[in-house]
Amino acid sequence: MSVRLSRMHRFAVAMFVFAAIFVCAAIFVFAALGAVSLAGEIGPQDLRSGFLDMSPESRAMQSDDTANPGMLTVLEGEALWRQPAGPNRRSCADCHGDAAATMRGVAARHPAYSPAQQRPITLEERINLCRAGQQKAAPLTWESPALLGLTAYVAHQSRGLPITAGDDERSRPFVDEGRQLFAQRQGQLNLSCAACHTDHRGGRLAGNPIPQGHPTGYPLYRLEWQSTGSLQRRLRNCMTGVRAEPYEYGSPELANLELYLMWRARGLPLETPAVRP
Amino acid sequence: MARALINVPKAAKRGEVIEIRALISHPMESGFRPDESGKLVPRSIIKTFSCAYNGEEIFRADFFPAVAANPFVSFTTLASASGTLSFTWVSDTGETQTETRPITVE
Repeated sequence: MSVRLSRMHRFAVAMFVFAAIFVCAAIFVFAALGAVSLAGEIGPQDLRSGFLDMSPESRAMQSDDTANPGMLTVLEGEALWRQPAGPNRRSCADCHGDAAATMRGVAARHPAYSPAQQRPITLEERINLCRAGQQKAAPLTWESPALLGLTAYVAHQSRGLPITAGDDERSRPFVDEGRQLFAQRQGQLNLSCAACHTDHRGGRLAGNPIPQGHPTGYPLYRLEWQSTGSLQRRLRNCMTGVRAEPYEYGSPELANLELYLMWRARGLPLETPAVRP
Repeated sequence: MARALINVPKAAKRGEVIEIRALISHPMESGFRPDESGKLVPRSIIKTFSCAYNGEEIFRADFFPAVAANPFVSFTTLASASGTLSFTWVSDTGETQTETRPITVE
């Protein structure tokens, strides 16, 4: 038995089918767009410092310079800034003078391209290059109180300034290398940085908020560490967390990743020394 | 010498309640943590903290291994007279650090 439809009926059915196809296509396109925007980069208006994801108590600890334990590291650096080192007994202050004037904005543009190294170098590397080249003193070891102190003291001079790292044309290829590392799945858990900090930002992992992962306050005081640590310590932590082999301190890979993270956070104000849980 | 951050109001009115905050850098090693080789890191903590106002003790606290690194203490007192507040931390190895801050009371 065949169903006979009037001309009017056939027209209505055709319209319905077209509409259904259109709606399905629209849903597909929006879903695809959504996935792209989620997996892509965070727009400038949506950038959010991890400061805002902390408890009111931790925020109060960071905001009060006499309660912020990171300020102890800054004080340590302030003393080292004036302390002579090397055979010529020269201090940082002998060349650079008052850090409040000469070091303002320096941390906001690091990692910065170094023509001698032909790659971007981090603030820690810059301090050690200056130490080896100008002071002729032994370089400071990573995560030593002295290197953390000097880095925190220099970075503290840029507190409140917007991040500008990666603006240099010569840094561009390294930003791209850092972006690749950020998006690359790694470790036994097969997770990329982006899998959590871009795709699931604002969500929760084991009850804790997932921040966007902007390096706005390094070196920072981490309550879990009970001490101040560098961004590279944090990155190596995260790599161990996904059961991947972490890159060495001072490796070009970590510098590129740092550069990309700073470029990704450009515009956000620096908070050094920040407090994080 | 460990670095300390102390917050005392520079000036206060007589009879006013003032808040005093003291933060000192110290690892507060509990003695229960193993190092990379598996051996226990020897205990190293601050045992007591005290504050004296013109020589008279106004606050004292005993610390224990469960206190976090870089201990932060906040307390209040009555501003009674101009003079100095002295802060003393004593570690369990007997090391002592004392810091002083002036206060003007009108």
